[in-house]
Amino acid sequence: MNTLIAIIGLGVLCLLFEIFDLRKAIIPATIIGLLAILGLDISEFNSPAAYYNNMIIVSKFSTAFSGLFIILTIFLVALSHKFYEHQQTKISDFIAIKIFLLAGTVAMVSFGNLAMFFLGIEVLSIALYVLASSNRLSIKSNEAGLKYFLMGSFASGIILFGICLIYGAMGSFDVTEISEMSRSAELPVWFPIGIVLLFVGMLFKIAAVPFHFWAPDVYEGSPALTTALMSTLAKVVAIATLYKLVTIMNADISAAFQLVIVIISMASMTVGNIMALRQVNVKRMLAYSGISHAGFMLMTLLSTTNAAGTLLYYTSAYALAGIAAFSVIIYVCKNNENEDMANFHGLGKTNPLLAAILTASLLSMAGIPIFAGFFAKLFLFNNMLQAGFIALVIVAVINSIISVGYYFKLILAMYTKEPNEERTGTPVVIYAVAVIAIVLNIALGLFPSFVLDLLA
Amino acid sequence: MNVSILLIILFVGAFATYLAGDKLASKVALFFSLSSLGCAIVLLNQFNAGENISVIHQWINQPNISFALLADGLSIAMLLLTLALTPIIIFSSFENEYKNAKAFYALILFMAFAMVGTFLASDGLLYYIFWELSLIPIYFIALIWGNGDAEERKKAVIKFFIYTLAGSLFMLIAFVYLYQQAGSFLLEDLYKLNLSSTEQLWIFLAFFLAYAIKIPLIPFHTWQASVYQKAPAVGTMLLSGIMLKMGLYSVIRWQLPIAPLAAKEYMYIFISLGIAGVIYGSIVALRQKDLKKLLAYSSLAHVGLIAAGTYTLTIDGLRGAVLQMIAHGFVVVGLFFISEIIFRRYETRTMAEMGGIRSQSPKFASMFLLLVLASVALPTTFNFVGEFTVLYSLSQINLWFAFLGGTTIILGAYYMLKMYQQVMLGETNTKVFMDVTFKEGFALVLILAVLFFFGMYPKPITDLITPSLENIITQINRIN
Repeated sequence: MNTLIAIIGLGVLCLLFEIFDLRKAIIPATIIGLLAILGLDISEFNSPAAYYNNMIIVSKFSTAFSGLFIILTIFLVALSHKFYEHQQTKISDFIAIKIFLLAGTVAMVSFGNLAMFFLGIEVLSIALYVLASSNRLSIKSNEAGLKYFLMGSFASGIILFGICLIYGAMGSFDVTEISEMSRSAELPVWFPIGIVLLFVGMLFKIAAVPFHFWAPDVYEGSPALTTALMSTLAKVVAIATLYKLVTIMNADISAAFQLVIVIISMASMTVGNIMALRQVNVKRMLAYSGISHAGFMLMTLLSTTNAAGTLLYYTSAYALAGIAAFSVIIYVCKNNENEDMANFHGLGKTNPLLAAILTASLLSMAGIPIFAGFFAKLFLFNNMLQAGFIALVIVAVINSIISVGYYFKLILAMYTKEPNEERTGTPVVIYAVAVIAIVLNIALGLFPSFVLDLLA
Repeated sequence: MNVSILLIILFVGAFATYLAGDKLASKVALFFSLSSLGCAIVLLNQFNAGENISVIHQWINQPNISFALLADGLSIAMLLLTLALTPIIIFSSFENEYKNAKAFYALILFMAFAMVGTFLASDGLLYYIFWELSLIPIYFIALIWGNGDAEERKKAVIKFFIYTLAGSLFMLIAFVYLYQQAGSFLLEDLYKLNLSSTEQLWIFLAFFLAYAIKIPLIPFHTWQASVYQKAPAVGTMLLSGIMLKMGLYSVIRWQLPIAPLAAKEYMYIFISLGIAGVIYGSIVALRQKDLKKLLAYSSLAHVGLIAAGTYTLTIDGLRGAVLQMIAHGFVVVGLFFISEIIFRRYETRTMAEMGGIRSQSPKFASMFLLLVLASVALPTTFNFVGEFTVLYSLSQINLWFAFLGGTTIILGAYYMLKMYQQVMLGETNTKVFMDVTFKEGFALVLILAVLFFFGMYPKPITDLITPSLENIITQINRIN
């Protein structure tokens, strides 16, 4: 709870910085503030509690995921320095929006009441709409923002409708009450309908097939840093929230519901991977790769014993690799109109370090050993085989093989093509973020127990 | 001292090589590879004195994964093969100029690190990690420093990568399944499992896919020739000399003892696949115009025979296979080095453009001839010991297998000598062939010395590997 309050306080502080004309200090101050908040979050890890009539429930699950979100936000804020170089006058807006977005994400994983959940998801979504169209002179960014807003508000509407139906059936917004009642009495038919609507809305937010159509366009059009935020933080938040919703509201998942998840998961993996093979724009490619990863992460909903740890591990591995990859993309494409693969030609020669980092992060996403991505998939497959979903695991393995195809397309472009432009400047912050993110990723690979056992 | 020191030396060596800069990289890499070889010999002495040099540490609690390295005769033999060949391979490239040499040599050492890890690991998942890890350096070595048209090379290398990765992912599923049954990835726990024959068959096939692609056995060999041709000499040597042996070693260490029933039931099929590789590889080799491709197909024939030897499930078959693995490792590195020496002078690998070298460089010609003779398993060479033992084991199963497998010697002699004739003999070539330099000659003499010494006196290696192979045979025969 203190974490959430501190984050909001920090957001307000960011706005105040502008009033007192301290724009230069805003990024360092925010990072220090976020580090302090991370400490606060860790201190709350072992003291679960409920606040304000169960509005907010702080648990191990919520603090662990909040910690991940805060770390990701630190990276994203650090990258802002270089990214908004030419928009210094608005820097406090950009940073403040990101901090408020973080507040929304923390509310989303620590809700105890569906009203709080909806509040969180709206704070997150509105911040994202603004960030998507934050490059206001670019028509693509405007298009992305509008598209995301139209589709996103539609999904929010569906979620809200679902919540209303659940309230109609149960007479309460409190998730523990709902879950108790859902077990005891005869349920009115609109309770499952409400759950389904809620589920559909969340699937939209994590961009799972068949609710994924917005993702490639929005990812491509948004400014690169916003895309980084969407594909790492926003996706991780959405899947964690969905996991919490599913596990907390209906403890035993029916066979039909399982079948639906299996089909959506298979479809997301396959469609995402096959579409990614054909992309030339790196952001678009990562959007489709994100769709396929959403398919993998959805698998955790199938067997909820010990799946929380696996999900935390998978999301951390995926998000850290994503941060590393996007910091390289931001560096490479800062002066380019688009993010086509041609821009990466010869990066291995002009900038071996960043090329190596991008390679490592792509290898992690492809699930090659020693990187955390491999262990994430391994633990996931292990859980799934234990629960008896052999066909799903085989589909997932075949998809892992397909995914190598497009990840390596980018690696090939970096190492075999001749460079077509001079790359100058060594932005220290981008280097630092990329290196730290990939080192954390490898460290997670070497010591998986550290994260995996957190939620055991 | 235990075996983990080898991994540490090679890993640190890879970093040190990268930091040493382009000029010093090759020497630093040689230093680290030699010091790891030195350590391996010290470890061998400790092992012979009966000390325990294996390692086991808990790594991940849930799922239960350990950092377990097992040193028995078999893995030490493979270790020595890797660590003896790595310095030779590095040394052989001393006269080449590589762009970005620091990364090149660092990748070689990293690859040696991964391969040593594969030979040592006795925890299924650790083994899998090293197995996959060895793929990344060779991918970059072949991709960046390879020769030929860049687009074609890219296609060949990515095919190789996806092929091998696809195979090994099925192995991973098999491991995860085994883990569900045993609750541990440790080799000894997996040996203890009582699996039904259907389970064994599926596990066997999943492993088989990974190994058949890596070895390669027909019909999974299609990646091989083009990658051998496109990779730089060093990459080809690493691939053919050591990396293929990872597949063969894994058959003996993992596949046969874990799923012996399937191996017994379908023995004839797998031996036939190996033998088919022998005949196919030999016939295709006959028709090659490119020297490196010819060597690639001859290698296909030889490993086919080795694989057939392992699938006989007899002690002779396994022993012959291991001996032949080591012998073939040295010979094939030598032969690819020969092709590189010729390429340095003539800038070609087409055999029709060579010829008449013998009169210009008799020293080189005699060393080449000795290698060719070793490759066709002339008595007194190490290859003879291995090949003969394998053929003997095949004759115990079925005389026809030995007969068909024996064609490797006849056909091998035919295409190798024909190749030698085309490359070395004939009228004196108009192009000047500079005599071999001291460094080139030194590397070749080292290889020949190993081949002839163990050809006449194979006892040290046989003594080293036999006890561990007997253990594996006991494991294979635990259920009938």
